[in-house]
Amino acid sequence: MEINGIAALLAVAIVAGTPLLYAAMGEVMAERSGILNLGVEGMMLVGAVSGFMVTIITGNHWIGILAAAGGGAVMAAIHAFITITLKGNQVVSGLALTIFGTGTSGFLGKNYVGMPAVDRFTPIDIPYLCDIPVLGTILFKHDAMVYLSILTAIVLWYILYRTSWGLSIRAVGENPAAADAVGISVSRVRYMATIIGGIMAGLGGAYLSLAYAPTWQESITAGRGWIAVALVIFALWNPLLAVAGSYLFGGVEALTFRIQTAGIHVSPFFLSMLPYLFTILVLVIVTIRRRQEAGVPAALGFPYDREER
Amino acid sequence: MRLRLVRRNNDSWLIKVAVPIASILLAILVGWIFLALSGYEAAETYRRMFYGAFGSAYNISETIVKAIPLALAGLAVSVAFRMKLWNIGAEGQLYMGAFAAGGVVMMLGDWPSILLLPLMMVAGFIAGALWGFIPGVLRALWNVNETITSLLLNYVAIAWVGFWVFGPWKDPNAMGFPLAPRFPEAAYLPVIPGSRVHIGILVAILVAIVLYIVLKYTRWGYEVRVTGESQEAARYAGMDVAKNIILVMLISGGIAGITGMIEVSGITHRLQQDISAGYGYTGIIVAWLARLNPFAILLVAFLFGALLVGGFGVQTYGIPYAIVLMLQGAVLFFLLAGEIMMKNRVIISRED
Repeated sequence: MEINGIAALLAVAIVAGTPLLYAAMGEVMAERSGILNLGVEGMMLVGAVSGFMVTIITGNHWIGILAAAGGGAVMAAIHAFITITLKGNQVVSGLALTIFGTGTSGFLGKNYVGMPAVDRFTPIDIPYLCDIPVLGTILFKHDAMVYLSILTAIVLWYILYRTSWGLSIRAVGENPAAADAVGISVSRVRYMATIIGGIMAGLGGAYLSLAYAPTWQESITAGRGWIAVALVIFALWNPLLAVAGSYLFGGVEALTFRIQTAGIHVSPFFLSMLPYLFTILVLVIVTIRRRQEAGVPAALGFPYDREER
Repeated sequence: MRLRLVRRNNDSWLIKVAVPIASILLAILVGWIFLALSGYEAAETYRRMFYGAFGSAYNISETIVKAIPLALAGLAVSVAFRMKLWNIGAEGQLYMGAFAAGGVVMMLGDWPSILLLPLMMVAGFIAGALWGFIPGVLRALWNVNETITSLLLNYVAIAWVGFWVFGPWKDPNAMGFPLAPRFPEAAYLPVIPGSRVHIGILVAILVAIVLYIVLKYTRWGYEVRVTGESQEAARYAGMDVAKNIILVMLISGGIAGITGMIEVSGITHRLQQDISAGYGYTGIIVAWLARLNPFAILLVAFLFGALLVGGFGVQTYGIPYAIVLMLQGAVLFFLLAGEIMMKNRVIISRED
């Protein structure tokens, strides 16, 4: 493959990785506060459908994106209420969120299936930078949501590691009793982090329906929410590493397109398995190499009960 | 305003029954609101759903037809859930079981029923078990998260079946539809005449009885329950936790595999792309609602069979089938919230 072909492939990898990146960054925030949310797939779907519907109704994809963020936030709030306030089982609540989100999005979007997006994200060439040979094609000819996702990763990283609020999130995820003792409201911090996770998942979903596809169909996410959950482990709960991870996974997806268009005779069914198999493989390697529980927020998955201290 | 939970000590059976029932009613209410807000006639929708599921002898038999795979899938995942292993890969294990059963028919289709059906069932069990073995062994040896791996393998299994029915096993007489050839009648499960209710119902009941006995009265069942409560305690007591994780995932996957065999042999009579109406996922809710009790699973599966049949029924009335998934998710939310109410008293206080 010549150099321009590789550049085009990498550009597609970034686009394919962007919905994963949003969702994974959001899940990083939630898990850092100690809340495991397996409902990413459901939150993405609700984001995708609400973003798409509102864009069709208002004719403006930016209003659509706001709606997607709102939809994801509402979904995450359900999970937060059950797992934080009521201290319910996080795994089951997350599964319920995925099932509920799949149903709700299918129900709401029924009359929108297959419609083209009236307004959508289109690539913006960054002046001068896009003219750089090769690198320009890979990095500087994307839509606004791609640039925004990278910016968000940097901001989230900064919040987590350089602000007192980020310190609270990490403290609550590591040792909620100690955080509580120094006056941090464990519930409040966990609510915020979980809802940020929902907003991000909603944006990731809307990226599919407003830029990547761009249309609505039932279960448009096709398991990307679960890949995002795996990515969080791969990224060691760090938003910046999530960028690299997402593009790697996006690269696998881009490669399957590339193989198909190159006329190499592999069954499309086997190609469609690749992202899932690759995710499992990476998950295994990362888990084995990590050996100890390094990087996992110590209180992940456990409700906090002040009286049980 | 602030919610506070105070642990209560009584755990009466009334609450155990009342909470699931209240959860279902509240989910119906949520569905009602969604339907009304979307401009549908909620009362009429539910009336039609109810009629579709219970309105005639035939409708009830169809509800049972759906309840069979739901019960088996629910039993499958309940085994793993007992050990707090989150096997959410029953859907894929079901597809692999169906694939293996179909493969047996492709190779040995001229064999008599009495040999063919047991062989299909064994093949289904083994294929499902192998598909459960993968997340099981990864979890047992290296602590790889089984929730994610088992879920991701669903997509792989569905694509795998797709490969065969769109490719090597595609029926040339199916006019281009992605279907494997129709089974010979020797590969059909016997049915109750005049209905589609097949002998799979006995398989489901049998599996429930066996699981109940094994989990309650054998040493291994005891080990599974202890490990589910605390892996530390199990290790301390000298139990082989890794071995039990793998065994439980094999059995869980195997039962899901049998579910797939039963669907192709009892209902579709051929391998095809859409074997399951999400039975593997709904089975999770069935198991949880039944609090993992095998006999309660049979009962709850009947209710959810009704939901599925009713949901199919109202599609002609313009209601998207997705309402079924919405209701399922809502039931699970209320159940989770209700369980907390069951264990605690909720006190609402004004001060922060």
